[in-house]
Amino acid sequence: MSAMDAQTIIAKRIALELRSGMLVNLGIGIPTMVANFVPRDVKVFFQSENGLIGTGPIPEQGMGHRLLTDAGGRPVTALPGACTFDSAISFGLIRGGHVDITVLGALQVDAHGLLANWMIPGKMVPGMGGAMDLVTGAKRVIIAMQHTAKGKPKIVNKCTLPLTSERPVDLVVSELAVIGFPDGRATLLETGPGVTVEQVTAATEAKLAIADTVSEMRL
Amino acid sequence: MKTVSPAEAIAIIPDGATLMIGGFMGVGTPERLIDELVRQDKRNLTVIANDTALPGRGIGKLVDAGLVSRTIASHIGLNPETQKQMIAGKMTVDLIPQGTLIERIRAGGYGLGGVLTPTGVGTIVEEGKQKVQVNGKTYLVETALHAQFALIEAFLADYLGNLSYVLTARNFNPVIAMAAETTIVAAEHIVPVGLIAPDHVVTPAPLVDYLVTNG
Repeated sequence: MSAMDAQTIIAKRIALELRSGMLVNLGIGIPTMVANFVPRDVKVFFQSENGLIGTGPIPEQGMGHRLLTDAGGRPVTALPGACTFDSAISFGLIRGGHVDITVLGALQVDAHGLLANWMIPGKMVPGMGGAMDLVTGAKRVIIAMQHTAKGKPKIVNKCTLPLTSERPVDLVVSELAVIGFPDGRATLLETGPGVTVEQVTAATEAKLAIADTVSEMRL
Repeated sequence: MKTVSPAEAIAIIPDGATLMIGGFMGVGTPERLIDELVRQDKRNLTVIANDTALPGRGIGKLVDAGLVSRTIASHIGLNPETQKQMIAGKMTVDLIPQGTLIERIRAGGYGLGGVLTPTGVGTIVEEGKQKVQVNGKTYLVETALHAQFALIEAFLADYLGNLSYVLTARNFNPVIAMAAETTIVAAEHIVPVGLIAPDHVVTPAPLVDYLVTNG
């Protein structure tokens, strides 16, 4: 399975979690791709934490504005009904529980759903940006990530990297599996296309509970 | 409110000053004021801002010129020069969750001692901080931030100093406008009083000390 295929599977599966009217914040990387797969009849509001609700696709050539970007500084458009606001309101929306779903990447997720996604001591210290507020405050936290990194499991017994929040995530979607945390325990809910339960458990360090019925991802 | 040239505005700022600077990855950062800080070689600055943008852009220009000794920000990951200076010990960097950073600045401007936030509880961010329980939930006490100067980029400023912003260039600007002893504004357009309707003024004129003229 190529890396591109894996990312598409993850983004498509997560897009199916969106419902009309939701306020949704997408992180960088695979999470951003979720916007490309929103079902046609589902209308959500995308938030950029630099101060925009109603974030649209990248502008056509020559139609961008230097003062209209996403949180990574890339030019975006604003959809009809969009609104802009300052950073205090933006993080009030996030921390205050007004964001229905945030989709973020991960370095590690542990058996109880705790997340590490913002630093590798001594190696990568970019700053947490909005990640800690998003995980602490969003109504639902969905992790979009490839199941392993360089062959090593990312779903571990206990995070060895610094945590992002004490609040556990709600769902992890990889190219191999959909994993939830009912009763605070990592539980296999769905497998990826053509993937067996054994393949998932072999690629996962944390001991997974297996749901009564494990279905294949519907994409 | 006084109108001044960029050179006059920046001449007020001493070496070693603490500056809050508007902008998010350079969007909404007053580039003309940044360029003037570099030209006048203001050193040993403490910068409080969301990020340090990129090399050659916005606050990144101050970093490139080696003028910043301390940065208080939420994200420096897109500026390798900031990381290099941090690792080399040339610059102290305090990394703060973005929502906490903006609330600490807001608290400073609103006359509050700080805020209580759940963000950071149970992580390394809580180290050395007071924790309190309110209605059974744990919060960190995050203290207010103040600065000597706020450097603001607005879209419209009227002759009195009322300000409005556009699109995603608002970000930290109206919040830092309240949290500094002296607020210096550069605006894309300086317009007659009344052109910004009262309901559309975001930063009220009495908060602005200096408006930089458009040359």
